[in-house]
Amino acid sequence: MKDTTADDEPIRSTSIHQARPDLDILPASRLTGDATAEDLESIRRRTSVYVYEAPVRLWHWINAAAITVLCITGYLIANPPPTMMIGEATQQFTFGYIRFAHFAAAFVMTIGFLGRIYWAFVGNHHAKQLFILPVWNARWWKEVMFELRWYLFLEKEPKKYIGHNPLAQIAMFFFMTMGITFMIVTGFALYSEGLGHGSWADRMFGWVIPLVGNSQALHQVHQLGMWAIVVFMIIHVYAAIREDIMSRQSMVSTMISGHRTFKDDRPD
Amino acid sequence: MPQLETFYDVMRRQGITRRSFMKYCTLTASALGLGPAFVPQIAHAMETRPRTPVIWLHGLECTCCSESFIRSAHPLVKDVVLSMISLDYDDTLMAAAGHQAEQAMEDVIREYHGNYILAVEGNPPLNEDGMFCITGGRPFVEKLRHAAEGAQAIISWGACASYGCVQAAHPNPTRATPVHEVITDKPIIRVPGCPPIAEVMTGVITYMLTFQRLPELDRQGRPAMFYGQRIHDKCYRRAHFDAGQFVEAWDDENARRGYCLYKMGCRGPTTYNACSTIGWNEGVSFPIQSGHGCIGCSEDGFWDQGSFYERVTDLTQFGVEANAGEVGMAAAGLVGGGVALHAAVSALKSAQVKRQEAASEEA
Repeated sequence: MKDTTADDEPIRSTSIHQARPDLDILPASRLTGDATAEDLESIRRRTSVYVYEAPVRLWHWINAAAITVLCITGYLIANPPPTMMIGEATQQFTFGYIRFAHFAAAFVMTIGFLGRIYWAFVGNHHAKQLFILPVWNARWWKEVMFELRWYLFLEKEPKKYIGHNPLAQIAMFFFMTMGITFMIVTGFALYSEGLGHGSWADRMFGWVIPLVGNSQALHQVHQLGMWAIVVFMIIHVYAAIREDIMSRQSMVSTMISGHRTFKDDRPD
Repeated sequence: MPQLETFYDVMRRQGITRRSFMKYCTLTASALGLGPAFVPQIAHAMETRPRTPVIWLHGLECTCCSESFIRSAHPLVKDVVLSMISLDYDDTLMAAAGHQAEQAMEDVIREYHGNYILAVEGNPPLNEDGMFCITGGRPFVEKLRHAAEGAQAIISWGACASYGCVQAAHPNPTRATPVHEVITDKPIIRVPGCPPIAEVMTGVITYMLTFQRLPELDRQGRPAMFYGQRIHDKCYRRAHFDAGQFVEAWDDENARRGYCLYKMGCRGPTTYNACSTIGWNEGVSFPIQSGHGCIGCSEDGFWDQGSFYERVTDLTQFGVEANAGEVGMAAAGLVGGGVALHAAVSALKSAQVKRQEAASEEA
């Protein structure tokens, strides 16, 4: 869209970005509160919007590191490396360290996730997006379809979003919010087996074992859960880089600085 | 109710000395994990309390539980407990047969109504009105319901009574059903295993007869003192597991060295039982000690968990035999390939758009 106001009168505003209060900006992103009133005011004045607060960014990277460790060590626990003959069993603890890394990373991820849930209550509006899908909103579904068409190369240009686009939000909700919860519950149920009958983990998560059937079946679903998260990681990293290049806003750097910058000044 | 002998009376009648009796009480206390302070308590209970009658029923089963039971390591436990049980009713072990045997059961049910313990070996098949298992001329399920009605508690012996075992494996044509799904109004203690360890069986029954109550049970109704830990937790090869030293193939050098059988599909890490502490055949050995992995016989649905040499069950839902790891890796590979393709198309597409824009600007 060409700027037409400049032709009529000289710019008197002191800001670089001229305020256009009459302009209906970012209609798709305003849906479900992805762009709040403050965000809209912010973008009238600045070229970026502060989206991800420090605790959210910190959580993202800690979570990413913990999940990477968990996937690698988890795979090794299910498929142990070849026998190593460093010394007698008393001097060697290789598999023990692999399992220790898995459990330690699991605690980091769990505590991080609890902190992230806390931040959904006290943080800004975008911090809540991970936990609520506005499925009751028909317009939101329309935007999901739009985003899907964009990924199927049926749309020429994606829309602008302050936070997650609706499709990304669905992926985050199912693979991360639900996925992490599933892995925490099944994981600590498995952990309770080592701590034993009557331990805190057994009292909190032991009920999962008979629910799933038996310990072996639980190991199995925990393993499938890991692959679901691996699949998500592949898509997530790809989509983040692709959107950074092809969409109209910043992606990767937003999770580092917290600021979303836009490449154009069109309203949607 | 007629006056019953005490345990002590029965033991003395069998020629057991007071000294041996005290030894038995000490052994029982330690087997149950109770500590020395409980020895006088056990002795007192055995001297004063009239023994509790036990009815032992056999449904759809292979009698391996009974075979295990009569091989209990401590002769006193076997002689005393077994003789006391056979006094009442056990259609496999008792001397009486036919109508006399059935009469003996009816007598116990009538005379000790509400006071006897019902021990069930095997399970009732429910299809065709229970016709797949007939004992004493009628479906076992009817006999079970009849005997359970007046029982103060029920012991489910073995994997059959506890979970269903092989006869309940997919597709379960006779609809063999574990006891707790048929009898729902009685306290039930589950003692799984195929068979359970003899000392576990005598330990459970001694505890119940001595203290007149069920031992502490876990979430699945198993006695926590024997099923509170996995075989893996007390396995003597555990150090090799933690060291990452595994048997890689049957009969390899590592197998001779007695390394961990994890890679050979040992189910010790997913099986709750006391094999690695109590052992079998008077503590002589247990599967892992003899070089074969655990097959997880005391776990729910162990026949439906795929090969005994794989720790991950094949997922038949996918139509082909594949386990969680293979399915997951295939999915990740597929998605990875899809992503690469998508990236290529995206690049081509934007290159095309740029070319068009350049062309339109020139024009």
